[in-house]
Amino acid sequence: MKINDVILRTVTRIVVFIILTFGVYLFLSGHNTPGGGFIGGLVLASAIVLLYLSNDIEKVQKSLPLDFKLVAASGVLLATGTGLGSLLFGVPFMSQTFAYFDLPVFGKTELTTVTIFEAGVALAVVGVVVTIILSISEDE
Amino acid sequence: MMNNIIVLPLIIPIMVGVILVFLRPYVKTQRVISLVTMLGMVGISLYILNKIQTDGILRLDFGGWEPPFGILFVADSFAMLFVLIANIVTAICLIYAFSSIGESHEKMFFYPFVLFLIAGVNGSFLTGDLFNLFVCFEVMLLASYVLITLGGKKAQLRESIKYVVINILSSWFFLVALAYLYGTLGTLNMAHLSERVAEAGQGPLLTTISILFLIVFSLKAGLLLFFWLPGSYSVPPTAIAALFGALLTKVGIYALFRTFTLIFYHEPSITHTLIGIMAGVTLVVGSIGAIAYQDVRLISSYNVVIAVGFILVGLAVATQTSFEGSIYYVMHDMIAKAMLFLIAGTMIALTGKTKIDEMSGLIRNYPLFGWMVFVVTCSLAGIPPLSGFVGKLLVGEAAIESGSYVLLALAFISSIVVLYSLLRIFLNSIFGETIISPEDEVPLKKGMIVPIILLAIGTVFLGLGAEFISGYVSDAARTLSNPSVYIEAVLGGN
Repeated sequence: MKINDVILRTVTRIVVFIILTFGVYLFLSGHNTPGGGFIGGLVLASAIVLLYLSNDIEKVQKSLPLDFKLVAASGVLLATGTGLGSLLFGVPFMSQTFAYFDLPVFGKTELTTVTIFEAGVALAVVGVVVTIILSISEDE
Repeated sequence: MMNNIIVLPLIIPIMVGVILVFLRPYVKTQRVISLVTMLGMVGISLYILNKIQTDGILRLDFGGWEPPFGILFVADSFAMLFVLIANIVTAICLIYAFSSIGESHEKMFFYPFVLFLIAGVNGSFLTGDLFNLFVCFEVMLLASYVLITLGGKKAQLRESIKYVVINILSSWFFLVALAYLYGTLGTLNMAHLSERVAEAGQGPLLTTISILFLIVFSLKAGLLLFFWLPGSYSVPPTAIAALFGALLTKVGIYALFRTFTLIFYHEPSITHTLIGIMAGVTLVVGSIGAIAYQDVRLISSYNVVIAVGFILVGLAVATQTSFEGSIYYVMHDMIAKAMLFLIAGTMIALTGKTKIDEMSGLIRNYPLFGWMVFVVTCSLAGIPPLSGFVGKLLVGEAAIESGSYVLLALAFISSIVVLYSLLRIFLNSIFGETIISPEDEVPLKKGMIVPIILLAIGTVFLGLGAEFISGYVSDAARTLSNPSVYIEAVLGGN
């Protein structure tokens, strides 16, 4: 069955970028204010799922050649890795630290190790959500 | 306090499991890495266990957040004995899996999920926070959902639906119980909870909440609420069934012991009597199941149920001796149940039949294997010098001291039933005229018999070396019967 989805595809092209930007915003605003890796990851995943919905699976996979199971795995590895990294510095597991840096564009910025942990969470969430949706859609 | 080592039993299996996901096509590499990891875990567990004997209970505040505000891991002898035996059994089951599980499983992330399972199990034993216990339960359960359905046979899917639904329901109950507890006491740190329950007194409200926890953990442990267990433990491949039979119910048992010795120990006339009744009924119904069926896997599963009842008799009696008995018995049971399940699976693999009256005379074709069946029969029946004896003796002694004669009688009648049910396997399938002619004989793979022999060595060692491990066990039982030791270790000054 061929459905006429011109509107969906046109809207998707624009909306995907809005969603992705919002996802990144949520991700970066995390750990002190509402947001963070989990929520940011969910929003990013929703953008990818929207792409899959409006185009077909093969087409998206051609331009986004990722095995999302491996994306999830790298996320977990990154998140647990930052936890384990604290062992190297002789502090308790999962310790986090932060410092302020003067960056060229952003000015005085707080950089934290939580962000790396959150990036792991975000990758894991994106990987898992997309994998779930894809395996459901692959079914008869 | 800084004891980063006690997080390793949780984090190493997770990280290695994730790395194995990337190594999906390389089956041999996966085997080597997972086995090496598990052996490393056994070493680490031994090291921590010995460190506890010299330094006392160890704790690790994650991220440096001190209790009761942060989440923490607490390693006492009780937890570490569970962790140690669980890791040994997992390593041995992995060896069995190498030759039996099949390449299709190995390529579908079998090893990563076994490692995630053991991570959840270890985490549940080590955590010092009830909500974190919930999380570790979930890690373990999610891995077990995958392992039970992997392969996708009709029987597996049928049983796994029951398994998944009952576990999701009990997890939901767990969450509700946690919410009640947090609402009444404002904390979920186990030591802090214990302190607050002692201060506030365990009134009717708290006792009701404790009974909710009892229901939740009973569902997980298979105490009375075990209707889901025999079916779901008899469908997955042998190595997975052995892991489930040996480990999963033990996590529920651990949680029951922890909550009802550390937190809710003030109203034994209600809670512990209830546990006693449930244990008694479990023993009776489990015994009926064990002699009612002809299928070796079902007989083994009902033996798991009987053991749960027996171990919980120790909690119902609640003296230091009975705790010691239960701890010995749990350790014995993890090893012996894994052995029983591996044997049942091997019998099915060799004959292609599942019912005991369809097999006969296996000892003539496979003498060593036949004697291993004899060893596991003696061990589970509690015949000295094998490992079941010490636990049964101590639990029996404690039951006599405290005058729980009904439980005592049930516990020992059930031992006879265990002996009878296993002798039935032995006489029907192992002894007698062989039905397999030498030319049809399927060779018994080394990879199948070696793990069984290793477990047999384990049960002999646990029996003969009871003296050697008694120091660890009595330290564990002392902590269980004196909650203040645990509280002091967690909330006391650094």
